Amino acid sequence: MSGAWKWLRRNAIAIYAAIAIAYMLVPIAVIGVFSFNDPAGKFNYTWQGLSFDSWADPFAVEGLNSAMVTSLQLAALSTVVSTILGTLVALALVRHQFLGRRAANLLIVIPMATPEVVIGAALLSLFVTYNFALGFTSLLIAHVMFSISFVVVVVRSRLIGFDRSLEEAARDLGANSFQTFRLVTLPLLTPGIIGASLLAFALSIDDFVISNFNAGQTETFPLWVFGASQRGIPVQVYVLATMLFAVTVFAMAFTVWQQRRAERMAAMAPEREDDPYATTAAMPPAPGAAGG
Amino acid sequence: MKGGASSSTRRRLVPYALLGPGLVWLLLFFVVPMYFMGEVALRSGTLETGFQFNWEFSNFSDALSRYDENFIRSFIYAGVSTVLALAIGYPLAYFIAFRGGRWKNALLFVVVAPFFTTYLIRTIGWTTILSDDSVVVDVAGSLGILDLFQTLGFTDTDNRLLATPVAVIAGITYNFLPFMILPLYASLERIDQSMIEAAKDLYSSARQAFLKVTLPLSAPGIVAGTLLTFIPAAGDYVNVIFLGSGNQSMVGNAIQSLYLNLRDYPTAAALSFMLMAVIFAIVVVYIRFAGSEALMGDEEEAT
Repeated sequence: MSGAWKWLRRNAIAIYAAIAIAYMLVPIAVIGVFSFNDPAGKFNYTWQGLSFDSWADPFAVEGLNSAMVTSLQLAALSTVVSTILGTLVALALVRHQFLGRRAANLLIVIPMATPEVVIGAALLSLFVTYNFALGFTSLLIAHVMFSISFVVVVVRSRLIGFDRSLEEAARDLGANSFQTFRLVTLPLLTPGIIGASLLAFALSIDDFVISNFNAGQTETFPLWVFGASQRGIPVQVYVLATMLFAVTVFAMAFTVWQQRRAERMAAMAPEREDDPYATTAAMPPAPGAAGG
Repeated sequence: MKGGASSSTRRRLVPYALLGPGLVWLLLFFVVPMYFMGEVALRSGTLETGFQFNWEFSNFSDALSRYDENFIRSFIYAGVSTVLALAIGYPLAYFIAFRGGRWKNALLFVVVAPFFTTYLIRTIGWTTILSDDSVVVDVAGSLGILDLFQTLGFTDTDNRLLATPVAVIAGITYNFLPFMILPLYASLERIDQSMIEAAKDLYSSARQAFLKVTLPLSAPGIVAGTLLTFIPAAGDYVNVIFLGSGNQSMVGNAIQSLYLNLRDYPTAAALSFMLMAVIFAIVVVYIRFAGSEALMGDEEEAT
């Protein structure tokens, strides 16, 4: 009895963590399982029987495909724009001392501390006031807007742990400032920039609330799912969601693997000072850079 | 390189050139829209006659008296969800940071995994989990949990979870849990283990070491995590749409339907404005009380 009690006390936190982990994973598992459902009616809410039909024909639902294409185009464009703008802002904030730096920092933080419904409503107020036609452009404006702050935060955390002596070395060796940036700074920043762009992409493709306000007639994947939820969600939605999940997991695993490989390479060649990955590996990976 | 004066002027302009595009975007599409939201909130009229700006302050009091229940509900649901997320998230973050070992990255990955399925779809997943003939409802019913919920006034039925506050709060807690865990983990991970060992060497019990060393050192994570959970939770309307009913309608639901269905822009804008004002007030008070390092903190100073 006392032995069991002792064991329980020692492992209480592990058991608790296991339950919490299960809580986080159950809905995802449900979506995966229900992508193999064979629903009797229009609603895919109860398990009816195993079927591979939806996986065999994931693109059978017409409106869903074009919504998915819109989402991918939107996410790609908004990722490119917000990653460039955000990286430049992060460089300015970390590298330079200038008048208005606090204000600029605040302007980056406040959008992240504003509920999405307020951001969506405010943008719609602007568009309505100027009779701006809602559609892909208004969505792009909105998505870039809410992604910038997150890009800045991720790239900034990378820049803060940056070994500036490498840049000084490049300059001492005769590189001009552009060469230093291109050959030293940028390669070292790349993991941060990749992390930031993955995050921006995920934020964009996942966004429902702000898009709900500013899409007009244009339908993204989440907006299409929302419309469909009133009349019954086809099983293909679960299939595409599972695919999207798998692709993201793969992309994440790939970046982690790359980082590990870089670490191993750095560990094997300790004297090679010119290996840009050497310092990358020496730094702990930035929390948050992993996404989220 | 050009002469000294012009080159130093140029150097001084560099940060502004870097900031320019990004900050202009945020000014034009975040700050300016806020101004227009305030302006729309002070207009009068209807969709048919058009809305005119004439300092219609009564929009605010009207909106508040019509939707006071939604407001109160939003903050109660968000508050409860935040406390639950902290209760679930803190031990998990602690476990990952201190006992994760070589599974650390895999466990962190599991924490952010919900983000890789669309927000709407994982909420719909909850609709399945909590639906009336689901295992969860069966088990909770036979264990008497549903009766307990009804007795405590959490629900008004003894045979379902969907369309009750319990389901809405469960959904909100789930959806924003990663926002709680990541900052908690980041602050716990940063704690120097030797501090805890030092406390134990000085004869503090495990509990004392936790309360006097670990907990205070993780305070920035607690502040950041609770804010990052509370803020989106208070503005959420998706969980009510899928897991709740009209009786659980939150302020976000009111804003959404006023803007998109009823097209009563002034009332909707007034409500959004008040939501933001209340949240900002809470954030400011909370940060005053808990210290600001958590949000701006060590990322503040530049070279």
